[in-house]
Amino acid sequence: MAYTEEELKKELETKEYEYGFVTKIDADTFSEGLNENVIRAISKRKEEPNWMTEWRLKAFNSWKEMEEPNWSNVKYKKPDFQKISYYSAPKSKDKYESLDEVDPELLKTFEKLGISISEQKKLTGVAVDIVVDSVSVATTFRDTLSKKGIIFCSISEAIKKHSNLVKKYIGTVVPQRDNFYSALNSAVFSDGSFCYIPKGVKCPMELSTYFRINQAGTGQFERTLLIADEGSYVSYLEGCTAPSRDENQLHAAVVELIALDNAEIKYSTVQNWYPGNKAGKGGVYNFVTKRGICHKNSKISWTQVETGSAVTWKYPSCILKGDNSIGEFYSIAVTNNYQQADTGTKMIHIGKNTKSTIISKGISAGKSQNSYRGLVKINSNAGNSRNFSQCDSLLMGNKCGAHTFPYIEVKNNTAIVEHEASTSKIGEDQIFYCNQRGIDTEKAIALIVNGFSKEVLNKLPMEFAVEAQKLLEISLEGSVG
Amino acid sequence: MLTIDNLHVSVEGKAILNGINLDVRAGEVHAIMGPNGSGKSTLAAAIAGNESYEIVKGDILFKGENIIELSPEERAHRGVFISFQYPVEIPGVTVTNFIKTSINSNLKARGENEMPANKMLKKIREKAALLEIDSKFLSRSLNEGFSGGEKKRNEIFQMAMLEPSISVLDETDSGLDIDALKIVAKGVNKLKNKDNAVIIITHYQRLLDYIIPDYVHVLNEGKIAKSGNKELAHELEERGYDWIK
Repeated sequence: MAYTEEELKKELETKEYEYGFVTKIDADTFSEGLNENVIRAISKRKEEPNWMTEWRLKAFNSWKEMEEPNWSNVKYKKPDFQKISYYSAPKSKDKYESLDEVDPELLKTFEKLGISISEQKKLTGVAVDIVVDSVSVATTFRDTLSKKGIIFCSISEAIKKHSNLVKKYIGTVVPQRDNFYSALNSAVFSDGSFCYIPKGVKCPMELSTYFRINQAGTGQFERTLLIADEGSYVSYLEGCTAPSRDENQLHAAVVELIALDNAEIKYSTVQNWYPGNKAGKGGVYNFVTKRGICHKNSKISWTQVETGSAVTWKYPSCILKGDNSIGEFYSIAVTNNYQQADTGTKMIHIGKNTKSTIISKGISAGKSQNSYRGLVKINSNAGNSRNFSQCDSLLMGNKCGAHTFPYIEVKNNTAIVEHEASTSKIGEDQIFYCNQRGIDTEKAIALIVNGFSKEVLNKLPMEFAVEAQKLLEISLEGSVG
Repeated sequence: MLTIDNLHVSVEGKAILNGINLDVRAGEVHAIMGPNGSGKSTLAAAIAGNESYEIVKGDILFKGENIIELSPEERAHRGVFISFQYPVEIPGVTVTNFIKTSINSNLKARGENEMPANKMLKKIREKAALLEIDSKFLSRSLNEGFSGGEKKRNEIFQMAMLEPSISVLDETDSGLDIDALKIVAKGVNKLKNKDNAVIIITHYQRLLDYIIPDYVHVLNEGKIAKSGNKELAHELEERGYDWIK
């Protein structure tokens, strides 16, 4: 409903991945390989306190003993972790006071992405902490936020300036040893975002970070830590694009959310990393650990639109620790060509009267494989807990796959758990009906897919919903022939 | 407006239409009647351009242009409209959004500007009132959970919005109770003018009491077996289809 036909047409004319370009920025890149010295060097380069260096090393030692998991429903060539460079930062080391000081090449990149900072500044009150590769280069709206006591900065800066907060919370939701990729991330994370909303403060604007992978062959290990103190509210947007590349790029981020008593966090993601070409070559590996913890009466809501990456493997989850806390997961995952996605959520009910809602929409086209994997766990003390799950799959053509793996563990007999699932196919009769009304096939598919995804699209903030609709259309181009 | 010349159509190799000739001029209403399996819906599908229906021989001329090689959407852009016997459901797409997309697609294909939102809204309100459609109905998902009558009324609503040159109403009366039938007929009559034409495909004469045809054609075994005026419909009703076989 929000898109204009003009925009739609423009998008449909672009066949190849439109953000597939490389920006030439003078970068400071470490040579390939991973060992203790590399980790110490990253930590030193980032001028981190000792405790952080030690924390990283502890994670690295755990990681060395761990094995890459293989239980997901995806197939890919395992990355050679000694062939990755673990640090890349734009060379200019100065902190920028204004946009004029930012590398013009970089600004051009943002313009190509249609997210020029100047526009962003004017538009809708979105504060943007832009992460190109690994170092934050520009932060806007910081003044407005700081007046309310809100901290929104790169995690590197937070480690130096807000050391106590970081030290208190980092690794509390996703421990270093949680899994193979969280351990790796904990050891080598380059940068990311940090956000703290003080007690009782409602963040006056949507907080937004755009991530980009820029440097050839650089793994991206973002770390995000978001703390909503008692009674506070924040809506956080994360959008991603990446340039095309032949070799696979690894992305293993960790996102930790902490909602203290009576707080609410809304975390929205539109992910559009390079999915590889039509033959399945190239593309980003996206192995992310996202998890939030809810204290009493708090709420965490994850909304994601996943259209990119060659392989996606992620489960934004909620630990509903506090009584009366609420967890929500709304997801659209699109796979086309040879893309593979294994995504879903975990809702862990620990507190009493906890509620969770899961709405997952999987769209598969081409020769792709799309899996929903979700766990709903009701612990013995979680009396009167409720879960509602709905998993819908939409198939296009006969060569793709949709899979649903729901896991339900209930240890309290006062709990109510509901699961609904459906699989449908875009019918020739639907397309013909649209054609007869003058709507061409590409647009008919976009219409049908947007209709299918509507419940989730409606959960996104307005400006994100528009972008998400466009992405759905781009991702499915040429999928029906 | 529409000239069908010696049309032969087969479906999966089976001949369904065996030489249809039909001439529809602007301002006219034609009724196509006939027993089940006589090829009525196939004729509608062939006019629409459904690819499952193979045109073996013959031509379809619309406003002087042969349209048999055109895609369904190209025919729609030129002003061909089919009210479907079984309209499909499109979950999550509202009646409003669908018609908006349809109208703007047609305008663009004709090289015109999109309809501004306020004009669109005004038109939607006007046409909804004509067909006694509640505004709540407009925000529902297209045909999802609609009753038979609601589906048909929505088809006529789209026709009213798109203002096509030729409308083929395929069994629009089936599934309608008498009140809905009257509303639909009233709508069609109001939309009818000297510049457009309507083809009503129906099994029964019932709808023709409310939309008076200029011509009635009876289809049998893929051919027009008999043509006449509205009296023919009454005669068929009394004597049954065996009469023309």
